[in-house]
Amino acid sequence: MRITEFLKDHLLYLDGGMGTLLQAEGLLPGELPERWNLTHPEVITRIHRDYFDAGSHVVNTNTFGANCLKLSDTELEAVISAAIDNARRARDESRGTQPKWIALDIGPTGRMLKPYGDLDFEDAVEIFAKTVRLGARLGADLIVIETMNDSYETKAALLAAKENSTLPVFVSNAYGEDGKLMTGADPFAMVAMLEGLGADAIGVNCSLGPRALYGVVSDYLKYASVPILLKPNAGLPKAEGKRTVYDVTAKEFANDVAELIRRGVRAVGGCCGTTPEYIAATVLATKDIKPSAILPKNITCVSSYTHAVAFEGEPILIGERINPTGKKRFKEVLKANDINYIVSEGIAQQEKGVHILDVNVGLPDIDEVAMLSTAVTELQAVTDLPLQIDTSDAGAMEAALRRYNGKAMINSVSGKKESMDAVFPLAKKYGGVVVALTLDEDGIPETAEGRLAIARRILSVAAAYGIEKKNIVFDPLALTVSADANAAMETLRAVGLIRTELSCHTSLGVSNVSFGLPARDLINGSFFALALGNGLSAAIMNPYSVAMMKTYYAYRALAGLDPNCADYINYAQAMPTPPATAAAEPPRAAGETYASELQRAIVKGLREPAAALTAELIRTVEPLLIVQNEIIPALDRVGVGFEKKTVYLPQLLMSAEAAKSAFEVIKENMKGAAADRSAFVLATVKGDIHDIGKNIVKLILENYGFPVYDLGRDVAPEAIVEKTLELHAPIVGLSALMTTTVPAMEQTIKILREKAPFTKVIVGGAVLNPEYAASIGADFYAKDAMEAVRCAEAVDRAQKK
Amino acid sequence: MTSFVCTKSYEAPPIDEKEILRYAGVRGDGAELLPLLRECLDEIKGKLVYKVCYCETDASADGGTVSLGGLTVKSNDLSRTLSGCHGAILFAATVGIAVDRLILRYTSLSPTKALFFQAIGAERIESLCDAFVAQMEQEKAKACCLLRSRFSAGYGDLPLSVQSDLFALLDPARHIGVTLNESLLMTPTKSVTAIVGYYKNLAVE
Repeated sequence: MRITEFLKDHLLYLDGGMGTLLQAEGLLPGELPERWNLTHPEVITRIHRDYFDAGSHVVNTNTFGANCLKLSDTELEAVISAAIDNARRARDESRGTQPKWIALDIGPTGRMLKPYGDLDFEDAVEIFAKTVRLGARLGADLIVIETMNDSYETKAALLAAKENSTLPVFVSNAYGEDGKLMTGADPFAMVAMLEGLGADAIGVNCSLGPRALYGVVSDYLKYASVPILLKPNAGLPKAEGKRTVYDVTAKEFANDVAELIRRGVRAVGGCCGTTPEYIAATVLATKDIKPSAILPKNITCVSSYTHAVAFEGEPILIGERINPTGKKRFKEVLKANDINYIVSEGIAQQEKGVHILDVNVGLPDIDEVAMLSTAVTELQAVTDLPLQIDTSDAGAMEAALRRYNGKAMINSVSGKKESMDAVFPLAKKYGGVVVALTLDEDGIPETAEGRLAIARRILSVAAAYGIEKKNIVFDPLALTVSADANAAMETLRAVGLIRTELSCHTSLGVSNVSFGLPARDLINGSFFALALGNGLSAAIMNPYSVAMMKTYYAYRALAGLDPNCADYINYAQAMPTPPATAAAEPPRAAGETYASELQRAIVKGLREPAAALTAELIRTVEPLLIVQNEIIPALDRVGVGFEKKTVYLPQLLMSAEAAKSAFEVIKENMKGAAADRSAFVLATVKGDIHDIGKNIVKLILENYGFPVYDLGRDVAPEAIVEKTLELHAPIVGLSALMTTTVPAMEQTIKILREKAPFTKVIVGGAVLNPEYAASIGADFYAKDAMEAVRCAEAVDRAQKK
Repeated sequence: MTSFVCTKSYEAPPIDEKEILRYAGVRGDGAELLPLLRECLDEIKGKLVYKVCYCETDASADGGTVSLGGLTVKSNDLSRTLSGCHGAILFAATVGIAVDRLILRYTSLSPTKALFFQAIGAERIESLCDAFVAQMEQEKAKACCLLRSRFSAGYGDLPLSVQSDLFALLDPARHIGVTLNESLLMTPTKSVTAIVGYYKNLAVE
């Protein structure tokens, strides 16, 4: 019998701790327990058999850390093969009469995924895939992914399991005392993501005793539609002499676990500190409890690496600003691959209060597959909002969904067969909530009833793909009211019909309604209010629009969603926005004189005033003259102060930020004036992930007008050479923080000398000094950002001669 | 002989603003930077964890060779630091990944704040290590032992490769969520591993 069948109407008993028992048998600290499958098969077999004898239906093979990072391919196969043999022998020898299964156990790699660590997501998938393929081929009955404390790594493992076997997959995460994974996910976020990816059972193990996990387990029970598993520790460990003891006895453990089974948990075992005695006690205490039914939860939700956003009464704002349509500046940054602009746009919208970020980077002459995937990766590194993947390119959609750390919103599918055939398989595989447009091969029906009919058809096709109704949100399409006087009302009726007839949620791109009209905000805000009144669940909107935000806060207060109108009052009291300069203004010290207010703003590091003063000035003064006569002298004043040690690094950076905001204004007003400084290629070398110094250098150089091409951190020599050749860049800046990565720097310089002899190399970083720099072949050593500027200026002057 | 690994969580140690400014490169009076620093401290409040995992080993140091339980390390500097010690505490500590997230978030948005979060992280992890070592000092005093100063891989001639050995012994990935990458750097970046030797205080005996 397949284990998933058995689970339908039985409690499932799992096994208990392995590591703690092996230590008692003499496993040395630092020794790999997985090798014991080969060196001590009788010990491993006995432990498995004791668990089967105690009543476990499932034992996990002793393969927690068996992966190709720790073992060679040959040894990996030998270990997994022996591990499964040991478990089989135990099953054959056990006197237990219950059905028995052998689970291939998979734990974390011990490495952190990018961007915080150095392991690429796809590399992680491949590491897990190797283990999965071996386990499946060698006869495991199911796969158990456990003790994962990072959502992204959990996704990599689950994806590998689903792509490389047809076995059932159980997934279990390790939560801290704060009820979250180490990298921040709460239980709801994990349930959303793991169910989306098709886990057969999900749950919790390790970290804490059963009682301390009540909160986390309750959340799983509340949100999950699949069976919940639980393998707690035997309480907390404490040192007793040189031994470790756990503070929950087998009997207490069994009673606590029994309570959670009564609340709905369906598979139980133990983790660190538990033994066959704990499992036997648990079986005894729970065998007569009737397993509770596993009820499907009708929750429409998306998630990020920290939290889920559910569609349940509260209107949801989806920020629309990451989209090049109609935005000249955005098109330029996309072509220049300037990901920082996109990231800043995401953070700014989050600060305005949106709940989900729409991400659209589609332009005709851009590699959308790579760009969308990069945008998603970079955004999820710095914002914890769930993302809406917005593209009509199925390849780009898949690449982005794969890398997304959570359950995404997918924008969009339509009633066209071609669209459904492309999007639904991806939604099924990766999970997600799909925005479905009520249009088909014949266009957009004029009437609400016509759109409802398409919605019904979309639902039935989705069901055929195994996609549940709760994972479809309909967009009944806001059309331009200036072109058709009935357009707005039909859309509103469609919103209402979809809600009442299909019990589905809706989303609208509200601003379409006002095309061609003056004062569009007024129409948009009113239409948004009407739509909310008709039951609209979400809006794709511009969070900078005051009219939209006013409507949002007012609606929540009126709809009883804002207790004591607290959010509304906060919002209303903050309007109109007070001038940002007022609070930030530092006292004017006597004796400090400045050539102009703009110079003072830059020297003092005042961002908004610097931008405002530049905007003022640019009406009467040539942009380049502002740079030459205002910005550069102000930066120089700070730079000289820094060199004399009267100004410190934070102040230098604040001035640079203020200057940058002034430059932004100037850039908008300079039509195609090419930078006349030499191109500067910048990177932290291979193997090094420290980039704060490099980023400071970049900012200051940009202020001095150098076009900086920042290749990031941990950059291979080849990539640096390639960019240098492509730009014929006269200057390359290399950074390294550690002695261990200086050889990579030396190697990079060597290849640059061969392939790009025209370029000068500036190096910097904590471990370097002028002599060391010379010895690895650099042209210049810069001890800080100002020195880098001086070096770059010298090279630039030489170029011009 | 090496003991099993234990884990401890701490409350936030008191914050030393002066020290943070020092880490940010401020050498004189930083009064005018305090508002921004406090804004950063507010933003990070409640997001840090203070976790340590540790074990104890027998120790001996002999002219450049140090043995810690089953682990043998060649290092003159560590050997000097541990001379006369019969035991050592090996530990890994972290303030968690939140500070890395904030640094990355502000890298493009406001490098000044990114710098401050770097400095805050540095001060926090050092304070955590100090708090842990102070507690160990008290515990060891009960056994009439005194502690030597803590020593980390990369100090003096102790090679960074010792990180791999410490990670094998302590398994910080499992206990406190600290991982080691290919270049032997840790994530979260505001993490420390160290060795603290102890010896019998003969004066007391």
